[in-house]
Amino acid sequence: MAARIHGGAGAGAATALSTFNPKKLVAPSRTNLPAARSSKRCIVAAAGSDASKSLRVGHSQKLIANAAVATKAETSATTGTGHELLLFEALQEGLEEEMDRDPHVCVMGEDVGHYGGSYKVTKGLADKFGDLRVLDTPICENAFTGMGIGAAMTGLRPVIEGMNMGFLLLAFNQISNNCGMLHYTSGGQFTIPVVIRGPGGVGRQLGAEHSQRLESYFQSIPGIQMVACSTPYNAKGLMKAAIRSENPVILFEHVLLYNLKEKIPDEEYICNLEEAEMVRPGEHITILTYSRMRYHVMQAAKTLVNKGYDPEVIDIRSLKPFDLYTIGNSVKKTHRVLIVEECMRTGGIGASLTAAINENFHDYLDAPVMCLSSQDVPTPYAGTLEEWTVVQPAQIVTAVEQLCQ
Amino acid sequence: MATAFSATLPLHGSSQEIVLASPPDCLLLLLSSDPPVLSPFADSTRSISSISCRCPGNCQGEETHQSLLITKEEGLVLYEDMILGRSFEDMCAQMYYRGKMFGFVHLYNGQEAVSTGFIKLLTKSDSVVSTYRDHVHALSKGVSARAVMSELFGKVTGCCRGQGGSMHMFSKEHNMLGGFAFIGEGIPVATGAAFTSKYKREVLKQDCDDVTVAFFGDGTCNNGQFYECLNMAALYKLPIIFVVENNLWAIGMSHLRSTSDPEIWKKGPAFGMPGVHVDGMDVLKVREVAKEAVTRARRGEGPTLVECETYRFRGHSLADPDELRDAAEKAKYAARDPITALKKYLIENKLANEGELKTIEKKIDDLVEEAVEFADASPQPGRSQLLENVFADPKGFGIGPDGRYRCEDPKFTEGTAQV
Repeated sequence: MAARIHGGAGAGAATALSTFNPKKLVAPSRTNLPAARSSKRCIVAAAGSDASKSLRVGHSQKLIANAAVATKAETSATTGTGHELLLFEALQEGLEEEMDRDPHVCVMGEDVGHYGGSYKVTKGLADKFGDLRVLDTPICENAFTGMGIGAAMTGLRPVIEGMNMGFLLLAFNQISNNCGMLHYTSGGQFTIPVVIRGPGGVGRQLGAEHSQRLESYFQSIPGIQMVACSTPYNAKGLMKAAIRSENPVILFEHVLLYNLKEKIPDEEYICNLEEAEMVRPGEHITILTYSRMRYHVMQAAKTLVNKGYDPEVIDIRSLKPFDLYTIGNSVKKTHRVLIVEECMRTGGIGASLTAAINENFHDYLDAPVMCLSSQDVPTPYAGTLEEWTVVQPAQIVTAVEQLCQ
Repeated sequence: MATAFSATLPLHGSSQEIVLASPPDCLLLLLSSDPPVLSPFADSTRSISSISCRCPGNCQGEETHQSLLITKEEGLVLYEDMILGRSFEDMCAQMYYRGKMFGFVHLYNGQEAVSTGFIKLLTKSDSVVSTYRDHVHALSKGVSARAVMSELFGKVTGCCRGQGGSMHMFSKEHNMLGGFAFIGEGIPVATGAAFTSKYKREVLKQDCDDVTVAFFGDGTCNNGQFYECLNMAALYKLPIIFVVENNLWAIGMSHLRSTSDPEIWKKGPAFGMPGVHVDGMDVLKVREVAKEAVTRARRGEGPTLVECETYRFRGHSLADPDELRDAAEKAKYAARDPITALKKYLIENKLANEGELKTIEKKIDDLVEEAVEFADASPQPGRSQLLENVFADPKGFGIGPDGRYRCEDPKFTEGTAQV
């Protein structure tokens, strides 16, 4: 079955800009300029329209009509059929398909085999593929991550599960020194096609150590790629793409998103690891987000739309490297950026993204880039405190209003 | 010839009950001061120097006749390998002080018996994992002296294109899986290589009996990764041999000062694998133990922990003034130089004469000189090499603001693009 690469939750060709509607503006601003100027600056690549031989990214994103925002992603209408499943089932489906396709793909982690995975992502796989292909490891993250790396160097394609992303802190030695570096220090002789995945993020009162966001810790490691899934569609697509990639990829899942339900295509597809996903096109402000905060943003977007704003929401998906093309196009269109993330304020993904946007698109900004991140605190247990640790929709609404003044 | 290695004894410290087989022409290992034992794994093999044969009925009665541990060809191979290791390391020291290589360089002088003893038993598809003291492991495994020297000089022709350096010797062709700067880091990687071997056999149904040998030091044996891997290797019965090069010193920290129970070989049985102690200054003893351990692994019987008592004649690295070690200790081990010992054995047992050994030494000298010349003449890496090999798939550098993958931009690979 040929796989199609879909750039976003809704597949389709990107077309021209939506028509410029001055009535949507709240107050006069630079965006209230004649359409001609803004359209000259915005480069929207339509899939297949680029004649150059270079590896141009085919942005096959359907522009979702600027209507009320859906809280779950619109699914592909390409075939009409599809099947509905939960996010953890989508991950499992992607993993199972890849394991069927390539016998070198194996899984290792704690309780992935007989227990089926603590979040059921590997449920049933040990029965199907055996105890060696779906390996229940002892509790030794550093060693079994290293074992996965050694196996990858010698020909296998392991998917290493951290029961909780936070446990991978124990594997930091192997992830930083070996996973990221060995392809380089061996002069390109050994590849390390591992996928390191697991749930992270703030859950429901799980306590400080089980509520960590390690994106910021891993992002500086040269030689690895990081992606974060947020919908069943991109979860399956990213899982498959990560397994097929020759690079080491860290796939960040979120504890609270495992039970999201969505209809996904029946036919095989993979998502592009380096591309961002356009969730909701808009005109006034670019909101960049990923993982669970996407849902807080979409909730805030509902309120914002009612108040007359038109936010453009992009799920960046690729945390390392950033898709500066999609992001850049958006910035050039809206001139305002708000980053909403669950990562820590200090040194987080948002901090890097702010720097990247300022460096590359400074001329296009009408206002400073605003970044809403979690507070720099160990996540407290108490429900109220935990709620205030992460960014809530009300804060997003306030921030947008502030930026769009 | 059937050897004592097909007969085994209850392993020391383990609860395994093993049936004693008695092959028709039984050869026994004679320990000079201990009662005869049938397997090196039963106890310390410190005193092995030869195998004695007691064949009732086949031989001349009670007379024990010496049977040599190696043939002439094997002896010369071992000798050449050890001379290569020694000469190469001596040349490294010279080159370092002449400013041809920099950074941390850890030399292997004195420990050649361990590398030669183990690695010369391996095939090309077996894997070796080492630490920062890896030049000689790479050479024994088959990486050319030219490639290693160039790597040390940081030249393009080095085995890792100059990107790894002294502590990262890799070779895909020879299955040298590194070269690791942090101690203990390579042990999980070795465990993974052994896992692949088992996976190929059991899941992919391929004919694979590759083993992995992991070398590391006494300091590493206090590190968590070591224990985690001992557990997993024994649990999954992986074809791996853990070789501890116990040279008694971790830079300036004596093994006895840092370890609650200094006998490392005892830690094997705690995890359910045999633990063996061997005199690491005697290449023949190491080789005998290695044979058994490798055979075990190839038969699918699981891992072995081998502690080699050895010594490094030089400091920890070329930057180490080596002031803490007692001169008397150094002299004691210098007297047990493995190369001298093998030379003596070869000559006394008429396996080779002085002339042949001198020829080998000259050959190696020339080889090492040539390696230096080659490395000197090789070019330094160019700017464009900086960003190569960061990713196996360079799409990992991402999509630039212009919509193209950064790796497509020729300026990017040249290193002149704004990133």
